[in-house]
Amino acid sequence: MSDTDTAEGTEVADLEARLSIYRMMQEGRLFEERARDLFLQGLVKGTSHLGIGQEAIAAGFAAALEPDDLVFCTYRGHVHTLLRGAPMAALMAELLGRATGICGGKGGSMHLTDVSHGAMGSYAIVGAHMPIAAGAAWAAKARGTDQVAVCFFGDGTTNIGTFHEALNLAAVWALPVVFVCENNLYMEYTAIGDVTAVEHPAADRASAYGLEPILIDGNDADVVHTTAVRTVARARSGDGPSLVEAVTYRHGGHSRADPGKYRPDEEVAEWLRRDPIPSYRERLLAAGADEGTLDAIDRDALAAVDRATEEAREAPFPDPDTLETELWADGGSAWRN
Amino acid sequence: MTEKNVVTAVRDALHDEMANDERIVLLGEDVGARGGVFRISDGWMAEFGEERVIDTPLAESGIVGIAIGMALHGLLPVAEIQFADFIHPAFDQVVSEAARLRYRSNGDFGVPMVIRTPYGGGIHGALYHSQSIEAFYAHIPGIKVVVPATPGDAAGLLRSAIQDPDPVLFLEHKKTYRSIKGEVADGAYLTPIGVAEVKQEGDDLTCISYGYSLHLCLDAAHRLAEDEGASVEVVDVRTLAPLDVDTIVSSVRKTGKAMVVYEDNRTYGAGAEIASTIAEQALFDLDAPILRIGGPDIPAMPFAAPLEHYFMEPEPDHIYARMRELARA
Ligand SMILES: Cc1ncc(C[n+]2csc(CCOP(=O)(O)OP(=O)(O)O)c2C)c(N)n1
Ligand SMILES: [Mg+2]
Repeated sequence: MSDTDTAEGTEVADLEARLSIYRMMQEGRLFEERARDLFLQGLVKGTSHLGIGQEAIAAGFAAALEPDDLVFCTYRGHVHTLLRGAPMAALMAELLGRATGICGGKGGSMHLTDVSHGAMGSYAIVGAHMPIAAGAAWAAKARGTDQVAVCFFGDGTTNIGTFHEALNLAAVWALPVVFVCENNLYMEYTAIGDVTAVEHPAADRASAYGLEPILIDGNDADVVHTTAVRTVARARSGDGPSLVEAVTYRHGGHSRADPGKYRPDEEVAEWLRRDPIPSYRERLLAAGADEGTLDAIDRDALAAVDRATEEAREAPFPDPDTLETELWADGGSAWRN
Repeated sequence: MTEKNVVTAVRDALHDEMANDERIVLLGEDVGARGGVFRISDGWMAEFGEERVIDTPLAESGIVGIAIGMALHGLLPVAEIQFADFIHPAFDQVVSEAARLRYRSNGDFGVPMVIRTPYGGGIHGALYHSQSIEAFYAHIPGIKVVVPATPGDAAGLLRSAIQDPDPVLFLEHKKTYRSIKGEVADGAYLTPIGVAEVKQEGDDLTCISYGYSLHLCLDAAHRLAEDEGASVEVVDVRTLAPLDVDTIVSSVRKTGKAMVVYEDNRTYGAGAEIASTIAEQALFDLDAPILRIGGPDIPAMPFAAPLEHYFMEPEPDHIYARMRELARA
């Protein structure tokens, strides 16, 4: 990927901020690994889409946002939601379908939402959230709240109409929104290149909406973070939207049922070598971070995941009566006329 | 006769039709190299070629629109929507275009197209992989809506759908895919669209259903026969549009009692159409009010196991219990 930015020559954040990015990636990774284990143990039913391998994008952006900024993500949204500050135990409980889950067990893995932390939903209809993010950005602008909306989506999403509609609207109206394409090279089981007219599914389309093409190494947390700082600042200052394509890779299959066998072995091996976390650790050590500090971050992250798992496993299942709650604003589901 | 489950019956029928008619093309997300999420077209890209088994981009409106264009111009497309919940971006293409082209051209051309999609819940799919969508489309004249419940009907109806000169929405309940097995006749037989089937004969009451719910009804009817000697006639509508009114009404005239059971949200669903048709045509043959059992009126099937279970079965044995009440009435 000679045409993507690298950390070299980019101005990176100070060490403290980078340690925080490291912590976020590690929490995300350990949370996802635990989620995977719970699925394998049969404690979680249905399916899940893990972000293992893609944590640098979530962390790099999360570190660049204000607490009241708004994040919209997809069914592959555990890490994004967690890094907004949503309580880990409530996220874990949601995966387990418990009453204490962040959505009371109604949503499950694919639909984590925590509005109080600006986690504005994980959307399972591909592309649906892109105009919605633009609309929230419009509201923020109209209300003068100074908030920025960030919308994460996959490479496959760039071929559905809502992608194009949202980008055009956001550009025409100069909305404070950053669209972030997590290009993990696959739309489910199909290589993105087989079904897309351009090589870089998002960056090559930026010019169609008058936007700068931004193509970055999504596995380099520093690069992601500096890009996030720049595009979020642009949005906040009223200069309009950005479209970022961050190239990355999911270590596992698309979802729980998918062993990912359609991917060439060498490709998988190459991307495992480019795991965003160990390399970032090395880089921080080289930049003067203390090994003990990093070890403590690792230990704390694991302890947090352990605690959240325990809490979630002990939580009760939802009462069937909640099936018909929260259809309307009064909390109920009765016909109202 | 060969015993198959529903997904195998669909696969075999689709495969044989493709082998017999070069005009048939399959298109959808991941249907090619991967063979589809339910592996229905596994290996077909190699067998039939990339011109006939087409991996599309993620774009449902485009998939259906392209299929309409193919159908208008000499091909017989079978478009797959990966899960029924994802068809909504294509609603406009189905409703405004596929369903209207024959009518608006005064018969100049038509849309011999099939849209296949797995629907329904009970498989831990949560809010966006569980939906029943039949009522939206059964409301639209110009599109046929087929809802097979058994392997034999799935095969015979799919062949009819492919050979049908008009657009057909072919809905496969995904909980039946592997859980429902049955004998499937050998050979390329056709099951006619628009003809219901009495799956079990009886005299005391008529239970009308389709899809996965049909099996819950058959089960309840068998148990009620054992427990109380009640004789329930179970009618599988098999297609919602067109609806076989004659089979339904003549059964109700015979038994004098009717219940309609379906998984879709209860309100404005198939049950309303069936119940009002019975009321219009057989009211004075009825010995009790028509009973309508539908899914709860909530916008999606929730994830947590107890909630999903309660959606599918709101009280223990609820179909059985209400069937018994009606039989005793
Ligand atoms: C409208 C719609 N069509 C199809 C699907 C089924 N589906 C879920 S994820 C997916 C692939 C998405 O790929 P991409 O946008 O690259 O995201 P990734 O999963 O790689 O993060 C598909 C086809 C869906 N959820 N919504
Ligand atoms: Mg992808």
